[in-house]
Amino acid sequence: MTRTAGRALIYLALIVWAIIALFPLYWTFSTSMKLGRDVTQGHLIPWLDFAPSWKGWQSLGLSPDTIFATSNVRDEFLKRFVNSAIASLGGAALAVLLGSLAAYGLSRFDYKFGPWRNKDISFFFLSQLILPPVVLAMPFLVLYKALALLDTRIGLILIYTLMVLPIVIWVMRDQFDTIPNEIEQAALVDGCTIWGAFLRIVLPMALPGMVAAFILSVVLCWNEYFFASLLTGFDAQTLPVMVASQTGSQGINWWTMAALATAAIAPLILIGVFLERYIVMGLTAGAGK
Amino acid sequence: MSGAKYEATATHLSAGRVALGRWLFRAATVLLLAVIAIQALKTAAVTSVGFPDWLPVLYAYVVWGVALGASQVLKYGEAGQQTAFILPAFLFTAAMVIFPTLFGLGIAFTDWNLNGDAHHNFNGLNNLRTLWADAYFWNALGNMGFYVATVAVQYAIAFGLALLLNADIRGRKFFRVAFLLPFMLSPVAISWMFGKSMMENRFGPVANFFRFVGWENPAFFSSPYIARTSIAVMDSWQWIPFLIIMLLAGLQALPHDVKEAAKVDGATEWQTFWGVTFPLMLPVSVTAIVLRVIFELKLADIVINVTSGGPGGATDTISSFVFREYRDRSNVGYATMIAEVYLVLIIIFVTLLLRVVSRYMQRMT
Repeated sequence: MTRTAGRALIYLALIVWAIIALFPLYWTFSTSMKLGRDVTQGHLIPWLDFAPSWKGWQSLGLSPDTIFATSNVRDEFLKRFVNSAIASLGGAALAVLLGSLAAYGLSRFDYKFGPWRNKDISFFFLSQLILPPVVLAMPFLVLYKALALLDTRIGLILIYTLMVLPIVIWVMRDQFDTIPNEIEQAALVDGCTIWGAFLRIVLPMALPGMVAAFILSVVLCWNEYFFASLLTGFDAQTLPVMVASQTGSQGINWWTMAALATAAIAPLILIGVFLERYIVMGLTAGAGK
Repeated sequence: MSGAKYEATATHLSAGRVALGRWLFRAATVLLLAVIAIQALKTAAVTSVGFPDWLPVLYAYVVWGVALGASQVLKYGEAGQQTAFILPAFLFTAAMVIFPTLFGLGIAFTDWNLNGDAHHNFNGLNNLRTLWADAYFWNALGNMGFYVATVAVQYAIAFGLALLLNADIRGRKFFRVAFLLPFMLSPVAISWMFGKSMMENRFGPVANFFRFVGWENPAFFSSPYIARTSIAVMDSWQWIPFLIIMLLAGLQALPHDVKEAAKVDGATEWQTFWGVTFPLMLPVSVTAIVLRVIFELKLADIVINVTSGGPGGATDTISSFVFREYRDRSNVGYATMIAEVYLVLIIIFVTLLLRVVSRYMQRMT
């Protein structure tokens, strides 16, 4: 195989996979601009074989001509959107707070609680990853009812924190391990307490890791469906639950559904495109050790 | 990990400070127990004094946690300050996982059904017996085997793509972002984009493509094998990026000189891959696969939203089965039993898996 042919094959394979990865996004977005007949006739290219229309966005109240009009659907959508944002940002923030503290402790100190050493504590936290949501869903249903946390955003925040905490601890421990501890030692000699050294010196240096852990957590929480569908009903319902409830109903307009799906994934696409670096950093924490 | 760790310096703490720490903790414990007792008595209808719900117990637990941390610092000085780092995450996890799981065990041995009357009774091993005879449970467990096995295919594809991304190419940034995007989407959105629209039998583009290739009446969710494969394809589409990212990071961390040496020795690309790259990548590979298997065991959202486990349970996962058991039949007791049994099976499976492969893995704890 000659070198040029080899390179051509590499690019061909890359392009094929890029199409596989991107076509569903294109399809969803373009379908939101189609009328029924364009969908059923399998038209794909705008202007060439179908005329783009705002129909799907109109029914969501998000098209240019309806954006300033009152729209119940849009209010509903925005309510779900805000719920999703609060639950995922809140869960991610709490997880980064708790996780960073724990990760710093595990990275710097030697713990001894009875037979438990650092290794065992780390394993305790990481092993939570194994726990499938179903195991917690039923007990939480009953417990949240008793605690009056069912269908509240606080309830979702707590459970999302739990869900991403192991990942945050993993990312942050890796981050703290890369920060040399001579600087803190110097601060301690100067009379800083360990909490003071942590807050004033280490934390600013660990900021990239915290950002990565936070963004990864936000994405995972934003997409969460299982708990949200079981533990929320009316008030705290999140975007994935709304999307899912629409797909379930028969005979839904394709353009509306496509517009809804596009609006629901748009923030994630933006995060993926502009903050890819942090996502990758979060996912590859600890790789190459 | 950084080499030298801190030793907590033993400073002299005044007796008053230690006593204060001790009393603070005792007072908080008394408060917590008192709140629990008041509410338990009220719930049991022994007394009428109490709160409308159990939320105050949660607040009392938070207060108790803060008091525990403060008393650690008061009693043990610097060692206590060190403990205070780990305490919040630990108390949180304990309250959110250990307690509910144990509580769930209690539910699992009852005939609790939210449709029936409010009472629920301990019914011994009945749920376990039902489970043993439940063909749907075993079917779902078998499907989990299938889904986990597809990780091997996902890994192979991801490794290939990671190698391509690691090659000397233009536009790497574009391809990396493009390859990552599926991972960012919610399974619910994927369920609609793929399952409900692109795989629509009559005019979905995937169906059109297969008609073009020569499959006359493409139907992706009517025969068991094809339905299961379709679910696996959607799931793989979302998760292959995760494997790509991990494997690419591994490839980029490989020492260059080893490959160069192999090339100088006259090894072909193929030989270099199997003789050098693949063995060196083993730790990253095994770690990525183990993580992926763990996530695969939670597969639920796509199945729930695309097929609801159908046709005839062919695509069911344990999670989606439990979901329907609760949603359609409100069978909380039995559903919890399935979930707890599944947890035990997962723990056994993952422990065995780790025992076999952990010496090939990257250090995790």
